[in-house]
Amino acid sequence: MDNKISSVGIVAAQRAHFDTPLELRSGAVVPAFDLVYETYGTLNAAKSNAILVCHALSGHHHVAGMYAGQPKSLGWWDNICGPGRPLDTDRFFIVGVNNLGGCHGSSGPCSLNPVSGQLWGADFPMMTVQDWVKAQARLADRLGIDSWAAVVGGSLGGMQALQWAIDLPQRVRHALVIAAAPKLTAQNIAFNDVARQAILTDPDFHGGHFYQHHTAPRRGLRLARMLGHITYLSDDQMGEKFGRVMRNDSGDYNFGYEVEFEIESYLRAQGDKFAGFFDANTYLLMTKALDYFDPAQAYDDDLAAALKPAQAGFLVVSFTTDWRFAPSRSREIVNALLKNDQNVSYAEVTSNYGHDSFLLAIPHYHAILTAYLGRIQL
Amino acid sequence: MNWKLDRPDFEVIAGWVQPGERVLDLGCGDGALLKLLIETRGVRGYGVDIDDENVLAAIANGINVIQSNLDAGLAGFVDGAFDHVVLSRTLQTIRRTQDILDAMLRVGREAVVSFPNFGYWKNRAAVLGGRMPVSEDLPHQWFDTPNVRFFTMLDFETLCADMNILVRERQVLDEQGQLVTEEHNFLGSLAVYRITRA
Repeated sequence: MDNKISSVGIVAAQRAHFDTPLELRSGAVVPAFDLVYETYGTLNAAKSNAILVCHALSGHHHVAGMYAGQPKSLGWWDNICGPGRPLDTDRFFIVGVNNLGGCHGSSGPCSLNPVSGQLWGADFPMMTVQDWVKAQARLADRLGIDSWAAVVGGSLGGMQALQWAIDLPQRVRHALVIAAAPKLTAQNIAFNDVARQAILTDPDFHGGHFYQHHTAPRRGLRLARMLGHITYLSDDQMGEKFGRVMRNDSGDYNFGYEVEFEIESYLRAQGDKFAGFFDANTYLLMTKALDYFDPAQAYDDDLAAALKPAQAGFLVVSFTTDWRFAPSRSREIVNALLKNDQNVSYAEVTSNYGHDSFLLAIPHYHAILTAYLGRIQL
Repeated sequence: MNWKLDRPDFEVIAGWVQPGERVLDLGCGDGALLKLLIETRGVRGYGVDIDDENVLAAIANGINVIQSNLDAGLAGFVDGAFDHVVLSRTLQTIRRTQDILDAMLRVGREAVVSFPNFGYWKNRAAVLGGRMPVSEDLPHQWFDTPNVRFFTMLDFETLCADMNILVRERQVLDEQGQLVTEEHNFLGSLAVYRITRA
């Protein structure tokens, strides 16, 4: 049993180059681009066992396993992917991809603009979820995958799964839409804008061309991440984990602005860590893609009309304490699918861990995914 | 298949559902009834259940299941979406009885309701003997029962009349799952009704 339930082991990223220009929702065109991706498991002869994993705001192509000689490089969703795990690599061929505009190897603000010979920086075009689906479809073509057995994602990744099912219905047999929403609320957009303002007003931002100044808007990015992180956790969980515990053993206040409460220490450390490796332009672009996501917009705000072309079976999963994308937001997706008489199952998983629950190995949650994926016919 | 032994009401319900119909099964458990209807009648539909283990089992059974509390009504379902809305052995666990009956007949052309009959003679005898009944169709003790509404066939039919609901057909079973043909409210342990708007 222990041997069966294990990680995918040592993995390596691959790169695909695309020469055909990609026209974006904004009207801009990316003349040529690279996507970095990883695969786990084996594509079967019929090429019918492929699953695409779409990443969220700060994710990337490195879903599972680790890089040779880097024991700390475990993939961001390793707990879900491997032999005997929900994304069972004994059965499925799993593809993880870094989205266009990302900062982990795919073309984006911190890659070279082939026209100018400079880093793209703020000139890299704005992306939408639709654009990502188009780019991912190019990768599917390259891999010879006509239709995905499933497209899977949490949060912004779930929105990509939804968009895939709408835009390329014949290429998605199942869509697993986890901890997502059919569009952002004013409150969601507000959080994103405060995060963006933190970056945009950082003196080290230099209009997005900070690379030339050999600096980065780390203070802004750190604040953006600290704010975001608060919204990914639940109040209960923060209370349990940190409460009002103080760093200082004396138990009395310092009457100053240095770190006093454990939660301050934790958030600052999270912010510092994130600002050390993530690209500020990518963060801006990803939050904008979230804000712009609204498949019902073109259908007079009728989500059911937007979802009508989808042929996929849907599994929609939410978490009870997720207030960033609350269960009621998942129910909007479910209700639209019900209205269309489409195949959908919905599970509302009890969890204390807020929005971040989708990344955790919660036994019932993984059992739901395993049960659903297990019934997919290849 | 052993569903006949486990759930004699399934056979009655299956007999009322026509091939190709759209069915909503409220309190669907592991989805066994829907699976039976899909396999034998070629129906399409959804199950609804609140319990984690039931939702998991229904998904494993290949059923479309929506995790939801029936006391919250059927807000996500549009009017007239189903031919049959089934509520098997669940009505007695729902607090807002009239709301769920209204909701079922809003989203469905016809509803099928089965429930344990508290008027069954053994149940009456138990109460006369000073104890709350425990039987094949009322398997719980008073302190751990999920049931919150206790009613007889006569009570149910009176409510239907008050709510302008028409009883189209009814089948009554004894504890062994055999059809009861007389003195239904006295000899029947489990009642199955087909109801519609009058």
